[in-house]
Amino acid sequence: MTEKQKHATAYWKENLRYLLICLSIWFLVSYGAGILFKDVLDNIKFIGFPLGFWFAHQGAIYVFIILVFVYVRLMNKLDKKYGFNE
Amino acid sequence: MDVQIWTYILVGISFSIYIGIAIWSKASSTKDFYVAGGGVSPLANGMATAADWMSAASFISMAGLISFMGYDGAVYLMGWTGGYVLLALLLAPYLRKFGKFTVPDFIGDRYYSRTARLVAVICALIVSFTYVAGQMRGVGVVFSRFLEVDVNTGVIIGMIIVLFYAVLGGMKGITYTQVAQYCVLIFAFTVPAIFISIQMTGNPIPQLGFGSTVNDGSGMYLLDKLDGLQSELGFDKYTDGSKSMIDVFAMTLALMVGTAGLPHVIVRFFTVKRVRDARKSAGLALLFIGILYTMAPAVSVFAKTNLIETVSNQPYEDMPQWFSNWEQTGLLKHEDKNGDGLIQYVANKEENELTIDNDIMVLANPEIAQLPNWVIALVAAGGLAAALSTAAGLLLVISSSVSHDLIKKMIKPDISDKGELWIARLSATVAVVVAGYFGINPPGFVAAVVALAFGLAAASFFPAIMLGIFYKKMNKEGAITGMIVGLLLMLFYMLKFKFGIFDGGKEAVAGLESKWWFGISPEGFGSVAMVVNFIVSLVVNKFTKEPPEDVQEIVEHIRIPSGAGEASGH
Repeated sequence: MTEKQKHATAYWKENLRYLLICLSIWFLVSYGAGILFKDVLDNIKFIGFPLGFWFAHQGAIYVFIILVFVYVRLMNKLDKKYGFNE
Repeated sequence: MDVQIWTYILVGISFSIYIGIAIWSKASSTKDFYVAGGGVSPLANGMATAADWMSAASFISMAGLISFMGYDGAVYLMGWTGGYVLLALLLAPYLRKFGKFTVPDFIGDRYYSRTARLVAVICALIVSFTYVAGQMRGVGVVFSRFLEVDVNTGVIIGMIIVLFYAVLGGMKGITYTQVAQYCVLIFAFTVPAIFISIQMTGNPIPQLGFGSTVNDGSGMYLLDKLDGLQSELGFDKYTDGSKSMIDVFAMTLALMVGTAGLPHVIVRFFTVKRVRDARKSAGLALLFIGILYTMAPAVSVFAKTNLIETVSNQPYEDMPQWFSNWEQTGLLKHEDKNGDGLIQYVANKEENELTIDNDIMVLANPEIAQLPNWVIALVAAGGLAAALSTAAGLLLVISSSVSHDLIKKMIKPDISDKGELWIARLSATVAVVVAGYFGINPPGFVAAVVALAFGLAAASFFPAIMLGIFYKKMNKEGAITGMIVGLLLMLFYMLKFKFGIFDGGKEAVAGLESKWWFGISPEGFGSVAMVVNFIVSLVVNKFTKEPPEDVQEIVEHIRIPSGAGEASGH
């Protein structure tokens, strides 16, 4: 493997790690809090909502938006670190 | 001023803006026509994507649908937003780096095969056509209700407008009209929502309002009140819903993955300059979509509570004007079964006397809440913006599939840029006419198939694209078999359980529910078909030979963001 390829592989590995973390959160707030654990969470009242219902109808969407922007920031930094930015 | 004059004014102004933009942004090359020249800013692309995505269904039908589904409506809320996380993280940046014009371009090149390209073209056409027919119908319905023209005349007016800016401006015209359409539709959705939220709870932010206490001094939470009203009438509690957990899970997944695999959404990310712009504009698109999607469930709760309070056990004679207006359109029906002159709206089908179409919840909501006439007219302009923007985006996919993927790449590769541009315009025109025809004569299956378009996209495109990016050794044999098996499986399940084809037709469908595989509805089955696609692809891949060296190099190349250059067809 050439130096250049090694460099690219290292970049890709870090990217995959970010993806894994982000997608775990994506899964937890929607399928976790909004569906699988909805009934349990509904026992908690959150700003007037049963919590599980809130995640399914509101919270998951807020987390999705934040998540994408966090990923955008992380990747912009990573691009710079590896000199792939333009 | 009455509603109709307001509607003429607002629709007139918004339509002139769209036409003005079309004239200003005429496409002069295929690159302009397919990807708006490739220099759209992330902000503009975010707005355009949001308008492209939010169709008549999101604007008109979704809040109504949720108000009847309660908690189960989460499948749409999470499904149609969560897909953007997948797009932003897994697809958009890499497809942008790849830098071609269409989704079949990617599939065809990555899997070094004309067959793969052809399969992708067919999938793109099936998905887009079913979707666009529903949009034209939406245009017709809005016209007929608010401008009191015939539904068909409404469809034809819509066709002429779309024809004008899609054919003239291509992606360039579409992008900038979509920016304007986003502004119109989000304003039109927000204004009535805020009004009603203040009216019912005193909280001007609808997203918080539906968790607040009711404005009548009782100190009761709005959701508790609605749960109570629903239980009294024999419905499931609003915050609980009635679908099984596995079906909610499967439907959410199918809609998310389907969203990420829809060609008219994916192509929007070919229009920005750099890879980082593709990521950023996906985030902005989700933000702009999220504004409507977090407000919609609030509107559902307000509308449902208002509706029950207005009609339940009230004398038919005392019903307000809007009631008879909507009765005339056939979207609202009352039948006094027990002859007591009161309206019984209950869960028990034998005793229930009121049939309500989902669509009227958003359209009639301002009237039910007695908002000023200009707000009601605004909703009409917003509905039209939503339907037209999505229709235009889909028409572009159809025309580029024909002119670029079929003619240029498969039939006549030596065609000049000018010639290709003319064919693109011609096929856009034909597509508008076909879509208009379906809008005027809607085949009964349109509504059902639109929901299933997501299943088809999930079952066919998503695994092929994802494996193409994340698995360097994925070969054409695996990807093609996977796409075909996924698509056929989805079609089979749909025909069997949605149309009852193998069991004696439509009437048999309800009886087949107990036979659903794993208890998953046809709408959720896309997620199963997707998993099957992944498995088949990987297994076939294992037993066939590796992709050639230069293809593996392409994969390494698209994983690195720098040097994206500009989108090109060569």
